Amino acid sequence: MTATSQSTNHAVNRPVHEQTRTAQASGSVHRVQRMRGPDRASKRKWGLEFGHWWWALPGIALVFAVHYMATGIGGFFAFTNWSGIGSFEVVGWKNFEAIFNDPTKIRSLGNTLFFAFGSVLLGNIMGLLLALALNRVVKTRYALRTLFFMPVVLSPLATAYIWKFIFDYEGPINVLLNAIGAGHLAKPWLADPQWAVWTVLVVLTWSSTGFAMVIFMAGLTSVPVEVEEAAAIDGANLLQRFHHVTLPALRPAVAIAMTLGIVQGLRVFDPIMALTGGGPAGATETLATEVYKQAFALGNFGGGAALALVLAVIILFFAVIQQRLTRSNPED
Amino acid sequence: MFRYTKLTLLREIGLWTLALVFLAPFYFLITTALKSNTEMYTTSPLALPQSADFSAFVAVLTATGNSNVLGGLLNSVIITGGSIVLLIAMGSLTGYVIARSTRRWSKAAYYLFLIAIILPGQLGAVPLYMGARSIGLTGSAWGMIILYTGMLLPVSIFLYANFFRGLGTAYEEAATIDGATRFQVFARIVFPMMAPATGTVTIFAGLIVWNDFFTSLIFLGGSDNQTLPVAMYYYIGSLVSEWNSIFAIVIVSMIPILALFLFAQKRFIQGFAGGLKG
Repeated sequence: MTATSQSTNHAVNRPVHEQTRTAQASGSVHRVQRMRGPDRASKRKWGLEFGHWWWALPGIALVFAVHYMATGIGGFFAFTNWSGIGSFEVVGWKNFEAIFNDPTKIRSLGNTLFFAFGSVLLGNIMGLLLALALNRVVKTRYALRTLFFMPVVLSPLATAYIWKFIFDYEGPINVLLNAIGAGHLAKPWLADPQWAVWTVLVVLTWSSTGFAMVIFMAGLTSVPVEVEEAAAIDGANLLQRFHHVTLPALRPAVAIAMTLGIVQGLRVFDPIMALTGGGPAGATETLATEVYKQAFALGNFGGGAALALVLAVIILFFAVIQQRLTRSNPED
Repeated sequence: MFRYTKLTLLREIGLWTLALVFLAPFYFLITTALKSNTEMYTTSPLALPQSADFSAFVAVLTATGNSNVLGGLLNSVIITGGSIVLLIAMGSLTGYVIARSTRRWSKAAYYLFLIAIILPGQLGAVPLYMGARSIGLTGSAWGMIILYTGMLLPVSIFLYANFFRGLGTAYEEAATIDGATRFQVFARIVFPMMAPATGTVTIFAGLIVWNDFFTSLIFLGGSDNQTLPVAMYYYIGSLVSEWNSIFAIVIVSMIPILALFLFAQKRFIQGFAGGLKG
């Protein structure tokens, strides 16, 4: 429902040649909307008649305070040495120099990117395979979809605790490995600096697969059955059909699933805190956990704010890409 | 052309096997939570419990202090419910005015909200904390409700504004001609029609607020007024490997959202497929 109402709105506001394209791509809803041309004229005529402008004031004020003022002030503190209480000095770029000269901070930056890109890549591949497998004729597809989607709605903190047990030295994985005679592979998965990052990646992938799957399933509905059938009749095999018919239609879904996943993945905090707390020896530390520790546990507000600014810039970069892909023309 | 063949049946069986592996964590979650302390330490983690033992649940639900799970549950319900109500009220009013107004500022306001969706929250967390502490909003449910409302308001306004734009103005025009006041138009005509957008806002806000850990850890940390995730974090932090107790609290925290999800799973999934912005 949301999807429809949003995209119809865009279709109304887009130039005509673009409208035709979207209308063809995603069904008849747009065509109906397009014919409601007079809407715009009447909207202009009625204008504010339906509401008072001050109804919007509390919302605007709250958003301004919580988002813009807070971010602005945070940006300012990134250039100070404030400890959270008392006086402070403006120290220029010193906090940033400290970050980029500190190998542990570089490592958490690397981990942040590794987790975000790794989980998105693996989660999207699995999500795509699941969506393709569930597409059409499978009778229980909706039940299966619900099951695979379940981890997405659950608290990442709560599910991470289950995984902590599974990867515990005395947990199911090692017990299973011992049972099948592969005991030499058993290891303290989350306490081994080399393996901890990969173990965390497995958990993050597990949580993100369902989300990618659902976006791909929605994308797959835009692939016309007729075209796929025609290709099959013309002798295209499964792989050719996927490459020439399905994949081109899925391209927008891929873009959305990837960028949204990366933006979410860059903020990863809860599962890390539950699984390793950033350990062993900082091996799984991310920028988000470092920000928390610097600013709230170690009383280094300035340094924490500088780290947050670095993280914010990275997130902003991908978020802008995502916004551009989701709707090239947000308003008019 | 695409008919149900033997291959499809095979595909279906394969998918169910995969689903079982994928959801194996929930097997461990439930079986372990139902084991008694001695049984947990002496039997294999793969084994089923000999008999359902609810002592872990009892221990968890009677914990006190900053890991008061029942208190946390109550706080989470209050904070999530309060935030949803405020987000619907403010989001629909603001979104409505923005969608219907033809003044130039309304377009500027629309972009103000759109950019706020993109703006990452991490940087603002520290100053927000300082600000909230100085006006006494930290450590209270009210403060959290206002905070979450502010954080999620841009998405909510965005969803409503787009919804109202697609709605058309015919009904409102008719009501105005019949002599309804502006508020009557909103309350009697617009409000009942916006149910789909309200559903989406409720699901997103409910999920995000209920599951949020980072914000409530910062703003409620150290107080006795925890939300469930923070209470869970502290409670588990005090246990070493008493997995039955850990899993009892994990289950308690999952039940409400899981019940809601299974009840309205179609709406959940459609909402996500439409693209979660931010």
